[in-house]
Amino acid sequence: MSGIIRKVGVCGAGGTMGAGIAIVTARAGFETVCYDLAQPALDAAAKQTAGFFGKSVDRGKMSAGERDAVLARMRATTSLDDLADCDLVIEAVFEDLKTKQQLFAALDPLCAKHTIFASNTSTLSITEIASQCGRQDRVVGMHFCLPAQLMKLIEMSPGMNTSRETFDTAWSFAEAAGQTPVRTQDKPGFILNALLVPFNNDVIRAVEAGVATPADIDAAIKTGLGYRMGPCELLDLIGLDTQLRLCEAFYPVTLDVRSSAPPLLRRMVAAGHLGRKTGRGFYTYDGNAMFGG
Amino acid sequence: MSGTMAYSIVTAGDSRSFPAGDAFLSGAAAGADVVVCLGAFHAPGSHRIDDAKTAILLELDTECLGVHTGESAGEEGSNVVGFARYRNGDDAPSGLIELVRQPSTHSSSVEAARVVFEAAGFTVVVCSDQAGRIIDRLVRPKYNAALRFLDEGLASARDMDLTCRLGLGYADGPIERVERGGLARHHEITQALFETYGTPGFAPARRAVVAHRRDQRQTGDKKEK
Ligand SMILES: NC(=O)c1ccc[n+]([C@@H]2O[C@H](COP(=O)([O-])OP(=O)(O)OC[C@H]3O[C@@H](n4cnc5c(N)ncnc54)[C@H](O)[C@@H]3O)[C@@H](O)[C@H]2O)c1
Repeated sequence: MSGIIRKVGVCGAGGTMGAGIAIVTARAGFETVCYDLAQPALDAAAKQTAGFFGKSVDRGKMSAGERDAVLARMRATTSLDDLADCDLVIEAVFEDLKTKQQLFAALDPLCAKHTIFASNTSTLSITEIASQCGRQDRVVGMHFCLPAQLMKLIEMSPGMNTSRETFDTAWSFAEAAGQTPVRTQDKPGFILNALLVPFNNDVIRAVEAGVATPADIDAAIKTGLGYRMGPCELLDLIGLDTQLRLCEAFYPVTLDVRSSAPPLLRRMVAAGHLGRKTGRGFYTYDGNAMFGG
Repeated sequence: MSGTMAYSIVTAGDSRSFPAGDAFLSGAAAGADVVVCLGAFHAPGSHRIDDAKTAILLELDTECLGVHTGESAGEEGSNVVGFARYRNGDDAPSGLIELVRQPSTHSSSVEAARVVFEAAGFTVVVCSDQAGRIIDRLVRPKYNAALRFLDEGLASARDMDLTCRLGLGYADGPIERVERGGLARHHEITQALFETYGTPGFAPARRAVVAHRRDQRQTGDKKEK
């Protein structure tokens, strides 16, 4: 039988993903402990969260009373001890194996036996993250999408030692949180990044090979396939540096040449053409306006 | 250049871009300066290329334009512009026209092609004469990967498709799309890509090979009867 989750801890709750995940859990009625090493990050996230729910009230998605109740369910802390009575702890800290392993190892003696640890990693192995924490059977992958507070999808993966009960409990929790879980094996990139990262590299290689301009590639993909965003627009949004990091994470593990960083990607990153964040990637940006390809 | 431009149509069998009844077919005018060649002009020399025309627009399938026009050390090009309207198998054709140009294709011919198709309401993009043009070159390796993931147990077809729809905002997922378009057709396209590029991502996925072999067997069975 699956266990019951009432209280959820989110580690790295001052970060992009952690803040969004905490919104999801609190909105769905779970007591939520927002933990981060950095108090300023927690303060900034609390402000953004209040703003987010403020808008929800303005748009008629919830009443002011409901908003107050959600915010009352969220508690910020920089003390790991405050996670002790959580039934589920979701980590969204830096994408670094050692950092994640150490976090779970520190949590293991603090938390109750039944507590499940979930990782939001994009590139690391759930089995490897679980390997040092003393409760490998109670660790599961829960990969949310950016922005977590709006996206319903969660890719759920069991590690090699994850128990069936742990997986089922985490799955039921995901559904109770109003999300749509999908099941995937613990392989590099799960489903989404395993399909997207090589595809984006193929696009970069096509630009490099002079097949067409970024603008024409985007127009073709949007019109021909009905994608909401062209791949070059998407790469500019994700950041070319992020794409390079994803390549460096996947290629050494899979040796799939489509995941290896195309030479043009390395040159763009070296040149500072990182996409929207630097004002130039495949397109040039002036503020938020996009002009030319 | 903008506005409209008259075009005439020459056909050699069915066109994948403009099936019978398509509005584009009824917009043609005899003797125009732009000639649209539809259907299976697969054999080089099976159509007459008239140098005096502004543009000859030649419908392509999986082959390169150079098959029809010949090539010359990277300097090839004429008034012939290749094109294909993107279509997933027998789904209704999309609103996209991929124009194919060679290094020295006349710019005035490419522009004429753009005017003709844009006036008919299409989105027009231009690409160089490389195998798979834009879309097939980019999506076929992704469909191959998804088909391989299915074999390897990464996730169910439903979960892969759902992931792409919810996580990436696609109208449909890779498995449902490639199956709807036909796995044997996917084999035909990836075979042409793999023959050209030789990299593993283009090699037809096992499920496409199976569909192709079954097709061959059925055709063989019919012939025997
Ligand atoms: N950004 C994305 O698009 C995205 C999407 C899906 C998954 N992810 C994954 O989510 C995780 C977080 O990514 P992000 O983009 O939100 O990063 P981020 O840098 O925005 O946030 C990380 C947060 O973790 C905190 N932190 C770091 N070490 C910590 C520790 N030991 N204990 C507590 N807090 C700690 C930091 O102070 C920071 O606030 C990564 O594993 C990443 O791969 C990211």
